[in-house]
Amino acid sequence: METLIQQLINGLVIGSVYALIALGYTMVYGILGLINFAHGDVLMVGALVALQTMMFLMGMAPGMSPLAMLTIALLVAIVVCMLLGFTMERLAYRRLRNAPRLAPLITAIGVSFLLQTLAMIIWGRNYHTFPQLISTTPLQPIEGVFVTPVQIAIVLASAALMVGLLLLVNRTKIGRAMRATAENHRVASLMGVDTNAVIAFTFVIGAGLAAVAGVMYASNYGIAHYGMGFMPGLKAFTAAVLGGIGNLGGAMLGGVVLGLVESFGAGYIEHLTFGFLNSSYQDIFAFIILGLVLIFRPTGLLGERVSDRA
Amino acid sequence: MNELAAAVPWLGKRNPMAARWLILIIAIVAPFIAWQFGKSWVRILDFALLYMMLALGLNLVVGFAGLLDLGYIAFYAVGAYTFAFLASPHFDIHLPFWAILPLGAGFAALAGIMLGFPVLRLRGDYLAIVTLGFGEIVRIFMLNLNYPVNITNGPQGINMIDPINLFGWDLSRNIQVTENFSINSLFLYYYFFLLAVTGSIIFIQRLQISRVGRAWAAMRDDELAAKAIGINTRNMKLLAFSLGATFGGVSGCLFGAFQGFVSPESFSLMESIAVLTMVVFGGMGNIAGAVVGAFVLALLPEILRDVAVPLQQTLFGHVLLDPEVLRMLLLSLAMILMMLLRPAGMIPARARYCHDEHLINKLKQEAAK
Repeated sequence: METLIQQLINGLVIGSVYALIALGYTMVYGILGLINFAHGDVLMVGALVALQTMMFLMGMAPGMSPLAMLTIALLVAIVVCMLLGFTMERLAYRRLRNAPRLAPLITAIGVSFLLQTLAMIIWGRNYHTFPQLISTTPLQPIEGVFVTPVQIAIVLASAALMVGLLLLVNRTKIGRAMRATAENHRVASLMGVDTNAVIAFTFVIGAGLAAVAGVMYASNYGIAHYGMGFMPGLKAFTAAVLGGIGNLGGAMLGGVVLGLVESFGAGYIEHLTFGFLNSSYQDIFAFIILGLVLIFRPTGLLGERVSDRA
Repeated sequence: MNELAAAVPWLGKRNPMAARWLILIIAIVAPFIAWQFGKSWVRILDFALLYMMLALGLNLVVGFAGLLDLGYIAFYAVGAYTFAFLASPHFDIHLPFWAILPLGAGFAALAGIMLGFPVLRLRGDYLAIVTLGFGEIVRIFMLNLNYPVNITNGPQGINMIDPINLFGWDLSRNIQVTENFSINSLFLYYYFFLLAVTGSIIFIQRLQISRVGRAWAAMRDDELAAKAIGINTRNMKLLAFSLGATFGGVSGCLFGAFQGFVSPESFSLMESIAVLTMVVFGGMGNIAGAVVGAFVLALLPEILRDVAVPLQQTLFGHVLLDPEVLRMLLLSLAMILMMLLRPAGMIPARARYCHDEHLINKLKQEAAK
């Protein structure tokens, strides 16, 4: 029973990080029909920039409170990632908006690897310890079940951000413009929506969310390095597809479901396969889910779009 | 070789026959030139030929059939591991090369079909991600299948793989011609690989203008229309995956035997991306493009390694960008810039592939009636 609850908590935590990243994928896909392959690497840049800022602050003002330090680092990371998202869209994707369908995807893969390489040049190949500014001493709400304050903070912050995003998309003017652009570019622009600005805005928001997710991911595992964005990026994509790509609620649901499946899978795979497979196979769950969803329910849990749209 | 010959600048259009001979002569002389710069350059040429084969195979899938496959290196891995299992002390099995080659190709083709089935309905970006996932799954299994039964020997990989042995002729031994003149084994591998690549090119060229090749082109350009004119797109896709995979499997076998050891490290996503970049750089859907792309992008990082590292040492006093970083930088920039500036590649594919004058005349006569 304790294991069950423990896995539930772990799954929820990692799932909410996936959900945040998945939102970035799904928003861009909803509007452009493009899988922004480099989205996972934006997360990595966010985490490493935050790390750098923290190091800088620790050197400059050692007496600063951890919470203030984290806030500043987070803000810097968000701003840097937003700029990055904007630049990416402007330089790489905008010119390919009417290109044959493989072109933007290949470019996105290129951008992803370019970001990784640049990060490797700046921060080296080593794994960096990510400072744990929120306490990681586990609490024990139930005997045998551990939750760290970091994990609580991750879940709460993701929930707040998701609510914020839903409000932004459903209640504000720019949100309406985003929905209109997703529905139909040309008609939206005829109605006076500056679609270029809306698309750029979408990239910027997605990159901002990725930055937060990157800091969360790094805090949770206590580690950051140049290739850290790849796996969560792929998994978040899976989450977005699972929920129904293009659908915000779907991305959130998909993220949490994927986190839970992964956590339970890793916890029980050894029993299920009689010790043949162990938790080092954790990463394949996402791919198997992705395959299954695409075969049996390509529209995802909540989506209406078909997988043929490309 | 038609297409390759036509791609030779200036000469290709004027005198295709001369261009063909030129390519052949260059291909034969190349290792001797490389030898002047050092033994390692001949080895690099050997690897360039393997990359060429991979690029040719991936080009079948991406360029001809229009299916973006990001897990292509998995088939290379299947081939290489098949060879490693069946010709090394690991299981103490030592089958002859000619027995393993079809097995490696067959397993890879099977893997291609296994991947093909679930992704039949997918297109474009989804397909890319699922194939990427497939590649990763294969890699994860290679890394972890050393427990509880040691199959792949985990991250250490398998070494002491038997070299290629052509009917008793061991390619890994230098041939002693006279007392102070011997032919290095790297040359033997080079010419053997060259033969394999040439065979592949001829095969693929025939394939491209065949019924299958035309069906792929139709499917790539408009799947719905292709279906409407009676092309069985399901079978065509499976065929593309399995044939592409076969080339991956064959080059994997050659790789395993040539390198002498295999480990999961050689089959990372970066390698899939590298092969894809070669295809994209040269020009998708184009044999000459795949060949040239593979040649340039396999050689350029090595040249950079030779030039850039000493250059950095003299300029900054230490190595700022190590060769591996340079390679990644080069590949990623090549991919982005090609898509932005020259999306059809260095050698754009021609829209029509009907080389058969006889057929054209026949069709013209029929139309005139």
